[in-house]
Amino acid sequence: MSDHTSHAPNRSGLWDWLTTVDHKKIGILYLIAGGFFFILGGVEAMLIRLQLIYPEAKFVAAGTFNELITMHGTTMIFLAVMPVIFGLMNAIVPLQIGARDVAFPFVNALGFWLAALGGLLLNTSWFLGGAPDVGWTAYATLSSNHKFSTLGTDFYVLGLQIAGLGTLIGGINFLVTIINMRAPGMTFMRMPLFTWSSFVTSALILFAFPALTVGLVFLMFDRIFGANFFNPDAGGNIVIWEHIFWIFGHPEVYILILPAFGIISEVVSTFSKKRLFGYSSMVFATILIGFLGFMVWAHHMFTTGLGPIANTLFGIATMLIAVPTGIKIFNWLLTLWGGHIRFTTANLFAVGFIPTFTIGGMTGVMLAVPPADYQYHDSYFVVAHFHYVIVGGLVFGLFAGLYYWWPKMFGKLLNETLGKWHFWTFFIGFHLTFFPQHFLGLMGMPRRVFTYLPGQNLEMGNLISSIGVIGMALGSIIFAINMVVAAKSKKAAGNDPWDARTLEWAIPSPAPEYNFAQTPLVRGLDALWTEKMAGNKGMTPAEPLGSIHMPSPSFLPFLMSLGLFVAGYGFIYAGQWGTYIVAIAGIAFTLLCMLLRSLYDDHGYHIEPDEIEEKGVKA
Amino acid sequence: MKSRWQLNWRLLSMVMALALVLTGCGRENLSALVPKGPVAEQQLFLMVLTSAIMIGVFLIVMIIFAYVLIRYRQRPGQTGIPKQVEGNHKLEILWTVIPFLLLIVMAVPTVAIAFDLAKEYNNKEAVQVNVTAHQFWWEFEYPDLGVRTAQELVIPAGKKVQFHVTSADVIHAFWIPALGGKIDTNPGLTNKIWLEAKEPGTYYGKCAELCGASHALMDFKVQALEASAFDDWAKKMKAATEAPAATATGTAAQGREIFQKSCIGCHAIGSEGGKLGPNLTNFGERKLVAGIKPNDAQHLAEWLKNPQEVKPGNTMPNLNLQDDQVSALVEYLHSLKVTQ
Ligand code: HEC
Ligand SMILES: [Cu+2]
Repeated sequence: MSDHTSHAPNRSGLWDWLTTVDHKKIGILYLIAGGFFFILGGVEAMLIRLQLIYPEAKFVAAGTFNELITMHGTTMIFLAVMPVIFGLMNAIVPLQIGARDVAFPFVNALGFWLAALGGLLLNTSWFLGGAPDVGWTAYATLSSNHKFSTLGTDFYVLGLQIAGLGTLIGGINFLVTIINMRAPGMTFMRMPLFTWSSFVTSALILFAFPALTVGLVFLMFDRIFGANFFNPDAGGNIVIWEHIFWIFGHPEVYILILPAFGIISEVVSTFSKKRLFGYSSMVFATILIGFLGFMVWAHHMFTTGLGPIANTLFGIATMLIAVPTGIKIFNWLLTLWGGHIRFTTANLFAVGFIPTFTIGGMTGVMLAVPPADYQYHDSYFVVAHFHYVIVGGLVFGLFAGLYYWWPKMFGKLLNETLGKWHFWTFFIGFHLTFFPQHFLGLMGMPRRVFTYLPGQNLEMGNLISSIGVIGMALGSIIFAINMVVAAKSKKAAGNDPWDARTLEWAIPSPAPEYNFAQTPLVRGLDALWTEKMAGNKGMTPAEPLGSIHMPSPSFLPFLMSLGLFVAGYGFIYAGQWGTYIVAIAGIAFTLLCMLLRSLYDDHGYHIEPDEIEEKGVKA
Repeated sequence: MKSRWQLNWRLLSMVMALALVLTGCGRENLSALVPKGPVAEQQLFLMVLTSAIMIGVFLIVMIIFAYVLIRYRQRPGQTGIPKQVEGNHKLEILWTVIPFLLLIVMAVPTVAIAFDLAKEYNNKEAVQVNVTAHQFWWEFEYPDLGVRTAQELVIPAGKKVQFHVTSADVIHAFWIPALGGKIDTNPGLTNKIWLEAKEPGTYYGKCAELCGASHALMDFKVQALEASAFDDWAKKMKAATEAPAATATGTAAQGREIFQKSCIGCHAIGSEGGKLGPNLTNFGERKLVAGIKPNDAQHLAEWLKNPQEVKPGNTMPNLNLQDDQVSALVEYLHSLKVTQ
């Protein structure tokens, strides 16, 4: 293939970031986007807790409060934690399997820009007449009928549609990458748990997101084109939306939590200096959780009126998920058992995850009991439960992953002292905020209420809950400071700062653009550890040093996403403007970009061995 | 005191635990933890059973967790590599099978109670009530008794009540925590649920599904009366429905005039009037205005002057009433009593 003589394109600054197709840079872009939306969602959360600090408070109006809860939920789930998960997947999975990039680098960039611009579209609603206010679950008819909801809900529909497309594309890309791009010797049963969980998560995305897409199309038709999918007066059925939403929504929970499971597995194993206890049962449990995750959506609908047969079947199926989850908890404990445990910040978050997530799992089993759920449902008990799972589980896991892989991504270690302050403030603040909410729910406080009346014994729990937010905010601020401190620090992290086990630690930090100068040969589970135990300094290469083929950067992914972004406004305002011309123009522009991409052959470029060696010397 | 709390997180968590003990189980007749009827009792039984099992599991996890973290933390100067353990089949089978057994212990009563709560009682076995939820108020109709009321549900104590619930606009959820769990009110569909109050008393009901701006304020009250008092109430309500008092005296008469002009299109008294707003036949006997404010002259006047201020987004418009019109209406509305 030496007929391609093109050279590495020289790009820098903003232009480089807008056109990059390098998975490591896209990973960083995802982290930046996720971090930005995390701040937005966090501010929304603080306003929510401010309003609920005492009965009949008047900090925010009733309607605004509903916008805040809707945007808090939507932002945190779709725009904050999903991008951070994709950020880590992008940054780490190709390295863990010994690949030079993902299977479809161009599509990878497209996935990011769609997700980012979809999220931006949704958030512009704050300035364009008000954010959606129908809850992140957007139940019809509240969401489907303009009589009951504002234009904000159209932003929800279009924004999530575009962002969801990006996620779907990203998921497919990782499936193909993990199936096809593994280095020689990296069999499925040698894959690190983070790669395994990314694999299962991507499979769940592939099957779950199309359901969301269909649901949003229905909603869009009802709202924009006057269809009647959810209009009971015209024979529509509102329960259909609940089914479609949760057929997506429940797997989404596992899409979020599985990568956290993967991170905890890696971190716990590294910092106890032991191989993961029960590796194959961990893999099996991951797959089983993913599978069962599709069988239980109706446990969100026990009070919808599906009848006792459906309710108990879905309830028992839900309880079953406790079994593989329990396997995981015990395997982590036994991994720590007998190890030399180092309490780095990454490991503190991983270890703190265990009791917190166990509580979330326990309340999950309790919620799976339909008659009891008639009491819990839509009360603060549920709010407490899912924050224990999503914050105490997923977000703790993500923090563990960020502290763990930060040096691999940026070449610098995060500060450990600040890290410990981050952990303790966040951990204590989290429990203060959410533990009392279990009791508030049982004492009769429904969720999504903008206020409560005095004299219902709800004052104390709400006050404590609101105070706890200070701890979580403080922790997040310390983390932000830590990132700045790390960026300023001069100390390089080195290839393998943690004495870790997996392949990503065999290469320089940060990884060079081609990742592996020579594709490594994998000779066992925990590829790097295997070599360390065999007394080798690094991985054995599977190929001679040769010319490396790289994909060209491209501006088209951004432009394609921009077309849909504009089309989104075209649809939202079609009713007011009385025309679809903007929507059509936006879509046409995207199609044009796709045509360009198909007609113009770009074979990428090559990095020659001498260049690699040159760089190797510099490093 | 507060500023010290903010500084000392550890102290605060202890205070928190104490506070939860002190507030106990929440307000009586509102809390699901203090059940006042057989449905809520069975649900509390399941809640206690499952939480007991789960707390047991949690303690086991925590004991192993604490032991491991203390025993196996890396000590200064410790070198070498710990033994690399692949797994342990016996242990792995153990922690797969035991959870299964625990799940069976939970599943059996779950199924039994789920089917019991899903039973449907006919009008010989239970009082039938049709519930229609509206943004943001509740309408109650007793088809067999020929009675229609709103905001305050009246039921006989010690007798099953079979509810048929639906909605006129968006999804709401009908929830009386002390009597039992909730059920969604779905527009276009009807759901069924039975409940029973063991003792006469006043219980608190809420809407539990986000339904719009004033979702938080969509409360209602449940009056459980002795069976004989309930029959008496139903009889008088029926009489008042068929022949609403056609006269009023003094300022109340003025109020009645205004009402007939401006309000009757939405509010019915007896069988006369519209259905867009709550039926006001027995409004003078309700404890609350709009389900949330005490039903005294001051709060009722506030409501009439600006309903949007009290319940943002509700469908009763601000009718720009003059002060004297308001006081006349208050007088009249408070005279609407059926049992005295
Ligand atoms: C457009 C229809 C409409 C008109 C006209 C209207 N109301 Fe209302 N009214 C409502 C609705 C709807 C509610 C329930 C509000 C809620 O609680 O969400 C209500 C509630 C009330 C309540 C509280 C009922 C209760 O059970 O707590 C009173 C009292 C009341 N209205 C009095 C009046 C009077 C007096 C007038 C005339 C001056 C009037 N309304 C005119 C629709 C209307
Ligand atoms: Cu409601």
